[in-house]
Amino acid sequence: MFTEELLDKSSTMRKKWEDEVKKTVAKHADQKEKWTTVSDLEIKRLYGPEDIKNMDFEKDIGYPGQYPYLRGNQVTGYRGKYWTFRMFAGMGSAEETNQRWHYLLNSGQTGLSTAFDFPTLMGYDTDSPKARGECGKCGVAIDTIDDFFTLIKGIPLANITTSMTINPPATALWAMYCAAAELQGIPLNKIGGTIQNDMLKEFIAQKTLMCPPEPSVKLISDTVEFGTKYVPRWNTISISGYHIREAGSTAVQELAFTLRDGMEYVEDVIERKGLHVDQFAPRLSFFFNSHIDFFEEIAKLRAARRIWAKAMRERYGSTDERSWWMRFHTQTAGCSLTAQQPYNNVIRTATEALAAILGGTQSLHTNSLDEVLCLPSDHAVQIALRTQQIIAEETGVVNTIDPLAGSYFVEALTNEMEEQAWDYIHKIDDMGGMVKAIEKGFPQMEISDAAYKFQRQIDSGEKVMIGINKYNIDEDVQIPFLEIDDSVEREQIERLNAVRRKRDSRKVRECLDDIRTACKKGENVMPYCIEAVKNYCSVQEICDVYREVYGEYRDPGMY
Amino acid sequence: MADRKIRILLAKPGLDGHDRGARVLARTFRDAGFEVIYTGCHQTPEQIVGAAIQEDVDMVGLSCLSGAHRYLFPEVARQLKAQGADDITVVGGGIIPEQDMQDLYDAGLTALFTPGATLDSIVDWINENIKPRA
Repeated sequence: MFTEELLDKSSTMRKKWEDEVKKTVAKHADQKEKWTTVSDLEIKRLYGPEDIKNMDFEKDIGYPGQYPYLRGNQVTGYRGKYWTFRMFAGMGSAEETNQRWHYLLNSGQTGLSTAFDFPTLMGYDTDSPKARGECGKCGVAIDTIDDFFTLIKGIPLANITTSMTINPPATALWAMYCAAAELQGIPLNKIGGTIQNDMLKEFIAQKTLMCPPEPSVKLISDTVEFGTKYVPRWNTISISGYHIREAGSTAVQELAFTLRDGMEYVEDVIERKGLHVDQFAPRLSFFFNSHIDFFEEIAKLRAARRIWAKAMRERYGSTDERSWWMRFHTQTAGCSLTAQQPYNNVIRTATEALAAILGGTQSLHTNSLDEVLCLPSDHAVQIALRTQQIIAEETGVVNTIDPLAGSYFVEALTNEMEEQAWDYIHKIDDMGGMVKAIEKGFPQMEISDAAYKFQRQIDSGEKVMIGINKYNIDEDVQIPFLEIDDSVEREQIERLNAVRRKRDSRKVRECLDDIRTACKKGENVMPYCIEAVKNYCSVQEICDVYREVYGEYRDPGMY
Repeated sequence: MADRKIRILLAKPGLDGHDRGARVLARTFRDAGFEVIYTGCHQTPEQIVGAAIQEDVDMVGLSCLSGAHRYLFPEVARQLKAQGADDITVVGGGIIPEQDMQDLYDAGLTALFTPGATLDSIVDWINENIKPRA
């Protein structure tokens, strides 16, 4: 990167500076001895040319839209198009969520993102004994396609992309979306969106569980194959680090486990479905957390793009540059917010959003100030959306592409995180892959260690969270509180029963038998799922077939 | 005879998978010298009560961040009582709004720990309030 002459000069000047530092510190000690990121990565007082002297400009940095995509996928950066303003929303009934969606679209949001309630996420109907008390609490309740029609009422499916955070029952919910589009006369090759559909991170972190890892990956490969053939604008997996981080991982662990999960899916689709990597890899998308440590997050996102490009090209022999692009959504860190002095959360979220944007995200959700307490109120959501709009339209950070490139610190940190991530990736390779590593509890225990260490650091005051362990105040903050009434559950069960009465139950049984047969034969379940939801099979009925054929996975409760 | 250690069942009732708090507490309790049984996510009240009785614990700690605590916490307390095991103390933690607390105490919860409670403060509370049963 630099001439020998410059490095010599820098070295001389550095010695002089170091002497001055020693003298100054002898008189005025630093405020603390060790300076670390929120993930406990040690940071030096100063970075200079010597920290990035081994970088190869062409191989390691390059230009936007060029390998290794460190500086972004888009050749025009944010000038051509901002990231998608995509706020995650869902609560109570399908009707309420539909109203929230219209509110967000009218406020300038550019994409939709669906939060489902826990019964839907876990593949249970609202009237299941396991679902008692949960209906509509953390998202919208969807039992059958009847609810789905209500959810998408007035939403133009042909020209808005919708993201659905759904994992074990992803086949069923995606089938509803496909069926609804077909019934509206929109061909499948015209709809666009994302299903999260990433089970590996569920075993590692989020714990919405249904079947064991191996068949879970099979169902995911089914969706990839179906999307490749019939729904080419759909992102069939959103390979997610968000939940890994929220569960307490470090930034490097988030980076490494997420990318290794992505590699596991790539390998499974190639092996199981016989597809070439470039037939499907362009539709793989990613989802990261943006935590409070500003530069660590920027470095993480930049490193992620470079690792993926290298992996696709070198590990899988991909020759299509669209496979090399890591496209990702980002959400600011829920776990960085505090219930105490909740208005401070606006500042945290703004900082995290800025990091995501400087890291080159293509889509963003900003948390609302009240999200640590409850589902966000309309007003709180508006502030969160405005946060993105202010960064985009007022701050000027979008004027130039990847403005932090070439910073000694940012490049050195990016390199360091990439290196540490590859160490993890190779370790998991040596275990036989991610499914095997999960069965051993490896990523789970690494995260537990990090989470426990962080909590101890908070309790001892070594790490600071304002309002938790510093600048605490006695307060009685009354923020407007959105609560889901228990009547939502009763009404949802009534709706479900009404659907059950009017549907053709013989047809329902036939459809479920077809899915069962497909599972047993190892066929792709997607066409059968679409037929099943059109005939009003419920989410649980479809998932019960999976549980019956593949077995049920229970959280082993590791700590 | 050596003192029996305090035995704690940590459980996550319902469908909520936010287990970071429960897992951090499981380690904390182990390090504090308690005997800990952590049953993992997605336990029904029946399973929790069954495990509490079977394992002969002194305290059940419930963690829920989904909002379903209003049904699930009282249900655990009710079933313990129905089984004649209401000498087992039930405490809860998670995102529990102020306005729900009185109902939970009335239903038989003894303590509630919400965001900001330090690990040591929870351990101290247990040492002061939970006695290993003979």
